[in-house]
Amino acid sequence: MEFPDNLVYSKEHEWVLAEEGVATIGITDFAQGELGDIVFVELPEVGADLGRNATFGVAESVKTVSDLYCPVEGEVVEINSSLEDSPEQVNSNPYDKGWMIKVKMADPSQLDDMMSAEDYAKYIKESK
Amino acid sequence: MKPHSERGMSFTTGEIFGEGSAGRSGYSLPESGIDRIDPQSVLPQGSIRKTMSGFPELSEPEVIRHYTRMSQWNFSVDTNMYPLGSCTMKHNPRIGEAVSRLKGLVGLHPLQTDEDAQGTLKLIHDLGRWLCEIVGLDSVTTQPAAGAQGEFAGLMMVRAALDKRGETRSKVLLPDSSHGTNPASSALCGYGVVTLKSGADGKIDLAELDRLMDSQVAALMVTNPNTLGIFESGIIEAAKLVHDRGGFVYCDGANLSALLGKARFGDMGVDVAHINLHKTFATPHGGGGPGAGPVCVTKELEPFLPTPVIVEDNGVYRREWDRPDSVGGFHSFHGNVGVLVRAAAYILSMGPEGLSEATEAAVVNANYIRARLRDHYHIAYTPRCMHECVFTDKLQNKYGVTTLDIAKALIDRGFHPPTIYFPLIARGAIMIEPTESESLETLDDFIDAMIDIAQTAKTDPESIKNAPGNSVRGRLDETAAARNPRLRCGLCG
Repeated sequence: MEFPDNLVYSKEHEWVLAEEGVATIGITDFAQGELGDIVFVELPEVGADLGRNATFGVAESVKTVSDLYCPVEGEVVEINSSLEDSPEQVNSNPYDKGWMIKVKMADPSQLDDMMSAEDYAKYIKESK
Repeated sequence: MKPHSERGMSFTTGEIFGEGSAGRSGYSLPESGIDRIDPQSVLPQGSIRKTMSGFPELSEPEVIRHYTRMSQWNFSVDTNMYPLGSCTMKHNPRIGEAVSRLKGLVGLHPLQTDEDAQGTLKLIHDLGRWLCEIVGLDSVTTQPAAGAQGEFAGLMMVRAALDKRGETRSKVLLPDSSHGTNPASSALCGYGVVTLKSGADGKIDLAELDRLMDSQVAALMVTNPNTLGIFESGIIEAAKLVHDRGGFVYCDGANLSALLGKARFGDMGVDVAHINLHKTFATPHGGGGPGAGPVCVTKELEPFLPTPVIVEDNGVYRREWDRPDSVGGFHSFHGNVGVLVRAAAYILSMGPEGLSEATEAAVVNANYIRARLRDHYHIAYTPRCMHECVFTDKLQNKYGVTTLDIAKALIDRGFHPPTIYFPLIARGAIMIEPTESESLETLDDFIDAMIDIAQTAKTDPESIKNAPGNSVRGRLDETAAARNPRLRCGLCG
């Protein structure tokens, strides 16, 4: 399992890549593995306002349906619409082609509460 | 070898579109004596189909054999043990079928007068009283056609009661082990859902409940015993906490089979509960329906019951429609009456002691399975179980075998798989509910099959991962089916 160092992580297994006030958000390699083959991803509309830890969508796999949580408050500026036809990108490429939404952050300092790659790896090991 | 039989009397069949022959049909109608009208002369051009190729044309015996052969692939509770956890796949006693077909019951129209329908009204009224006695609540509606509709009806009554008090509340508290229908019913009722994290023992964490139970919570929705098959021993304290802060307690009665004659929701502080007649009271699940999910409530919630409510005055029964605080109707008249008749027959034929013994047998059966499989499968959470037991695939994971593989391997051994990957709080859950219907011999057969799977997982994991091999169809590619669903037949394009 890979957890890139340039990302920060949430307890709900989302990752965030922060660049110039915009957070790109997806789910981690661990999360996609737990869900199994993802068959459908429901994402919000561009322009939607998301509160901190609000549900922004749903990932549906063969065995379960799981809510997706947005770790930072802000406005959705872009969604990965290619997931509509190819949800398997979340399994095969969770940190790159499997990204889900981009959010213009209301308060980038909220990222400070998230975990580093190292802490997240430890968190998973403990919760297993 | 004939194409329809590769294994003696076990028949195969393809799609009906490949069967029959052009021009063949299963009927021949006499001349009607009325002149034929050319459709071209009476219908708009666009609505006349000019060609129809590939449509199956079969004789009656061909059609009958096609569907009869396919029906023989079915698995049902009449074929073998069906240990689907939380679904309570009991035997459906045939006396229920017999009485539900009595002429006086099936010949009645719901719009006949109350005077004409005294027998049926009494039967539904009696069933309601018995259900209330069994769960320790005061009043009932038999309308909801399933458990989930019962949940919705129950939550609507909670909302109506809060409205009457002049209070608006915005959310429902749910343990993370709850059935998926619970949050769905809450959302449909306009409530937000707050998840209550279970304690390390798999039960409601009272400290967590204390933290989350505020003035915005309309209800706590619990299942008792919960979906791990564990009795919520803190339910009375939990209910008191919720009541003290103005909320209601809803109990999902899916697991009532564990409590008959032993414990009552009303005594636990529950205000409203639904009962799945197609689970606890042995009526058929029948391909998804019809079911029945009566809802029992306390006196406080009685004014809000759906209409009509059956009322008895000196041995005379009437339907009361004019109830100004009622939440309205959820089903025509009294729900699926044929199902109510079967449930009443089950209760009457079992009697109070019989129902109590059924619960004892269901709990003993589940614990027997748990005890015999504990060295072979990891048990999720430790307390002794009630009517169902939850294992996980933890011990099999090291051989690359998962819960899904174990479920498929059971098909090869002649059993319906248990509920899998639920409850969500047990990773790789395998949830087994034997019910009281199974004999010791059948339980042993099932356990032996499970042990065989656990042992084969060590020695020949590939055979488990490729299961089933003995079924008409092998392992289906569920991922491809879900990602690229084909929802129409080839002919429809």
